[in-house]
Formats: sequence, C-alpha cells, structure tokens
Amino acid sequence: MGANDIIRVENLAVVYGEDHVLDGVSFTVNKGEIFIIVGGSGSGKSTLMRHMTGLEAPAGGNIFIGDTDIAASGSKDFSATLKRIGVLFQAGALLGSMTVAENVALPISEFSGLPAEAVAAMVQIKLSLVGLECYGEHLPSEISGGMKKRAGLARALALNPDILFLDEPSAGLDPVTAAEIDQLILHINQTLGTTIIIVTHDLDSIFAVGQRAIMLGRESGHIIARGAPADLRDHDPNPEVRRFFTRKPPDT
Amino acid sequence: MKPNPPFEKPLLEVRQDEENTLNVILQGPADISTAPALIRQLSASVPPNQTIQQVKVDFARVTRLDDYGAMVVLRLVQILKLNHDQLSFVNLAPEHEKTLALVDFGQPDCRIPSHKSGNLIIRLGDATISVFQGGTLFVEFIGAMVFSLMRVLKRPQSFRANDAITYMKTTGVDALPVVGLISFLLGLIMAFMSSLQLSQFGANLYVASLVSLAMVSELGPIMTAIVVAGRSGSAYAAEISTMKISEEIDALVVMGFDPNLFLVLPRVVAAMVVVPILTVFAGIFAVAGGLVIGVLMLSLSPGAYIQQSLEALSLFEVMWGFSKSVVFALLIALTGCFRGLQARGGAAAVGSAATSAVVTSIFLIILFDSVFAIIRSYW
Repeated sequence: MGANDIIRVENLAVVYGEDHVLDGVSFTVNKGEIFIIVGGSGSGKSTLMRHMTGLEAPAGGNIFIGDTDIAASGSKDFSATLKRIGVLFQAGALLGSMTVAENVALPISEFSGLPAEAVAAMVQIKLSLVGLECYGEHLPSEISGGMKKRAGLARALALNPDILFLDEPSAGLDPVTAAEIDQLILHINQTLGTTIIIVTHDLDSIFAVGQRAIMLGRESGHIIARGAPADLRDHDPNPEVRRFFTRKPPDT
Repeated sequence: MKPNPPFEKPLLEVRQDEENTLNVILQGPADISTAPALIRQLSASVPPNQTIQQVKVDFARVTRLDDYGAMVVLRLVQILKLNHDQLSFVNLAPEHEKTLALVDFGQPDCRIPSHKSGNLIIRLGDATISVFQGGTLFVEFIGAMVFSLMRVLKRPQSFRANDAITYMKTTGVDALPVVGLISFLLGLIMAFMSSLQLSQFGANLYVASLVSLAMVSELGPIMTAIVVAGRSGSAYAAEISTMKISEEIDALVVMGFDPNLFLVLPRVVAAMVVVPILTVFAGIFAVAGGLVIGVLMLSLSPGAYIQQSLEALSLFEVMWGFSKSVVFALLIALTGCFRGLQARGGAAAVGSAATSAVVTSIFLIILFDSVFAIIRSYW
C-alpha cells in the first residue's frame, strides 16, 4: 500500500448470474481527496459502492480500506473498519421510527462512550453542521427529501469517519439545495479532512467538488476513463467519456 | 457522576481568578477519542452553580481539535449557562478556529414548532378526533365502494377478474391446510371435552350433534374468519399500504383508474367467494375430528356418528353459518383494504396498517357475530 492511499481496489469482479457487472476494476483513492465514481445508468456505480462499503461480497478481487481487505469474508478487523467509514444512502435511509436527532444520536451514544448530555450536544453540533439544528425533534416522514439527505449526512458524519461514501448526494434536489450540499461536502473535506467518495452523475457537482474521477463503461464493466473531471471532459480520447462530461447525446 | 480513574491523564486545567473569570486550559488532543475523559474532567472541575462572569478557553496546548473537542466547550457553555459575550478563546491556531466555526455556541434560534405535543388533554382530544375522523373515512370508503360496484355492474368488463382469481387462490386455497388442521383439532377437543360430561348420562351419541351443530353454525365461521383475518386481512393491508407509501396508488389515480375498483373490489369479491367455502370445509374437518374421538374413545360406529351429526343439522343451520361467513369475509377484506389505503409515512406505517387491520377485523367479527345471535333470538 502506498503512503498516501486510503482505499485500494484490485481486480474487482462482480457477477450477477450470467451478467458481469464489474470486471477487473482497479483504482486507488488518496487520503483526503474527493473522489468521484461516474458512469451511465446501469454501469454498476452503486454496485461498486455497495462492495466498497462491505454490504456485498465480490466474486473476485480485493478491496483494501487502510490495511483491511473488506472483501475477504470473516476479516477480523471488519467491524473496526466499518467505524472508519460513513455512508450516505440515496434517500437518506433514516430510521423511520426515530426522530432526526435520535437517528444522529444512535451511533454517537453506541460507540463514543459519552454521557447523555454530551451526546445531545454532539447531535446539536452535527445537525447545525448540515443546517438542521431546528429539525431534531421531527420524524423523517415530516421533513423534505433534501432535509432527509442532510440528516443522513449528519448521521454518516456522526463518528467523524476517515472515509465518507455518498450515493447520489444531489439527486432529486433543487439546484440551490444541490449546490448547498456541494458546499457542505467541500466544507467537510476541508475542515475535517475526510476522504470523500461520491457516486453521482450530477455534472455540476462533479466539477464543483471532484478532484479525481473514474468512469465505468455502460456495458463493459471496466473503468473506461480516469483523471481530473475537467481533463476527462476536454481531453479524453474516448468520445463516450467526452459526451458524458459535456452532456451530449451520441448523434450530435 | 463516575469518579475519575486515578491514572487518567489531565486533559484540562481550570483556574478561577478574582474577577470571577474562569480560565479553562485544554491540553493535548481534544477529539473523539478524548472527549469522554474531557467531559468527565469538565464535570468534576466546573460546578454548575458558580457565579462566573467570564470564561476564557486557552487552546495553546491543544495538539488536535475536532468537533468532539468543540463539543466539550459547548458543554461548558451549557453547564454555566453562559451568553455569547461571556465566552472568549485565546491562543487559537487557524486550523482550530475553523473547527470551532462549526459550532454555534448560542441557543439555536428555531421558529419551527416541533410536532410533539406533551399535554395530556391535547393528546386525548387529538386521539378522539382521529377516532371520529377514522369513522367518517370508513363511511366514505364504503360509499366509494358502492359507487365502484355500481360502475362494475354497469360495465362488467371493468372488473379485474384475473386479480380476483389470484386472490381467491392466496386467500382460500392456500389457507385450506391451516383452516383444516385447526378445525380438525377443534372438533377433536370439543368431542373429547363434551364426552367427559355426556358419558355420565350415557348420552355419548349426542357428542356428534354437539360438535356438528356448534362448529357449523357458530365456531366454524368464527375460527375461519379469524384465520383469514390473520393471514389475508393483514396481507391486504400490507400490500396496499406499501403501494400507498410508494405512490403507486397515486399513479393509478392520475392515470384515471379507480383504486377501489382496481385494488379493493377484486380482494373483496375473492374473500366473499372463498371464505364461505373454507367455512364448509371447516365444518367437515371438525366433524372428522369429532369422529376420531367418537370411534376410538366412545365406541360409536362411524356410520352412527355421521348419521347423528347430519340429523342435528338443518338446512337453516348450514345456511346460517354460510351467510355469517359471507359477512365476515366482507368485513375482513374491507378492513384490510381500508387500513392499507389509510397508511401514511414510511416502513412503520405498513406494520401498523397490518396490525390494525387484524385487530379491527377480529373485533368486527366478534361484534357482528353477536349481532347475528341477537337477530336469531328474535327470528
């Protein structure tokens, strides 16, 4: 492992039935960077993220987070590694029976060892970080989609993870809210030094926050491009990649 | 408060000078790993009832600060109930300043009311209102069902017969094993228990009459209805509420479909067709259960037992049980669908829809059974 990598994916293969969703996918993510995974619909971006967060076991290959291979089943450092990562799911994935504050408090009270008042103060800090300091007592069903995402982000950040995975953080949000989320991502990256991996196809977001990107091919299951988003848009030899980053359909 | 572990490294130092100024000097890392110890030491060294005018927090010796460290300062503010201008930071490094900027040390200025109302009377009122609203909605629902039914009678091809057949299978055919087993055992138990009493008078043969009459006109319809309420009433509620919260029902409405006609009517019709048939099977299985006891323990011949069972039953009894089960089926299907359509919110709403469908159905089954008993006594 290089001095600067925090995640190393080696030859990852994912097979569903006859379908090779991912095939020979290898890349590294450096500590402290904002790394983007893009690709058309059905290219396996979310599948890649589900494997990187240990939710599914791959058909082949390795995924190292730090020095732990989370793809190896029964890895003894697996649960310790899980505490180093935070995940924001597409719709927030808040527990519906708990208030927003209780959702954020859940990992803090379970794993930090703080007394109840300190947990409450910490929840207040995390909620104000995402601008939800007044919505702690609301149930997830009582707040909007954008707020759910921000609450999910607060929960993902609860234990100050080294690595934050965001699945389509700006999908389904209005442009202003999406831009606010981008600002929040940059803010978290700069102030907390968190490594952030974003699965998205929101071009505004990609150019606003992304430092490096990989693009998955729609049918191949391979990485078809890698580099800084602006370079991929302007200089990539593959027309599919340039079209993606300039938002042009194939026949123009 | 737990006492400090004796070997715990001091992470903060608190000094109070003459002008009621409290100097809090943080030392070492102030982050997620040291926050529990910092909070312990803070609570031990800062009593809450002091008259403090000013608090100065010194960051000169802080090696690492994250928002958990900043939370310790927030707790200090909360414990001493400080205003914004009573708090000052000294020797603050630029990177620590960034972290502290994440934290609002004042009270959050919230104008959004929380939805929780703690007042008992308000909650009692809310609950009462929602009961009445539920009743109104149910009446509206029944009315809408009548309209859907009239539309189907006018245009029979709009009835979704294929769906109804599917529900007949899931509600009726698939329930047959469990209904059969329960009725068989119930007949067996009833025959056994009654034989203990009746054998004292030498009236063993009347065990057969008792089992067949009780099961066909009373217990058979109720047991079958309760099993169907648990199996299918809950399933109807869960299916429809899932469709409701994922906006599938809204999609039907905007496409111009009547959700009652599309979702409710096939289920209601299916239940009203198969539950009476299940009830007939329940009676047959119960007589079979009684027969086992009659033959093995009471030395009755199978022929005599069946003969006696049939003699006890009139056509009226059979039709009575049959018509009760039609009404029960209507109640179960309507309640299940109604609770499903009422669902709002997330995953928890599906669970509570299924639960309340079963509870309401069983209550209504018993209620209507007593109504039937009253009608019969004045027949």
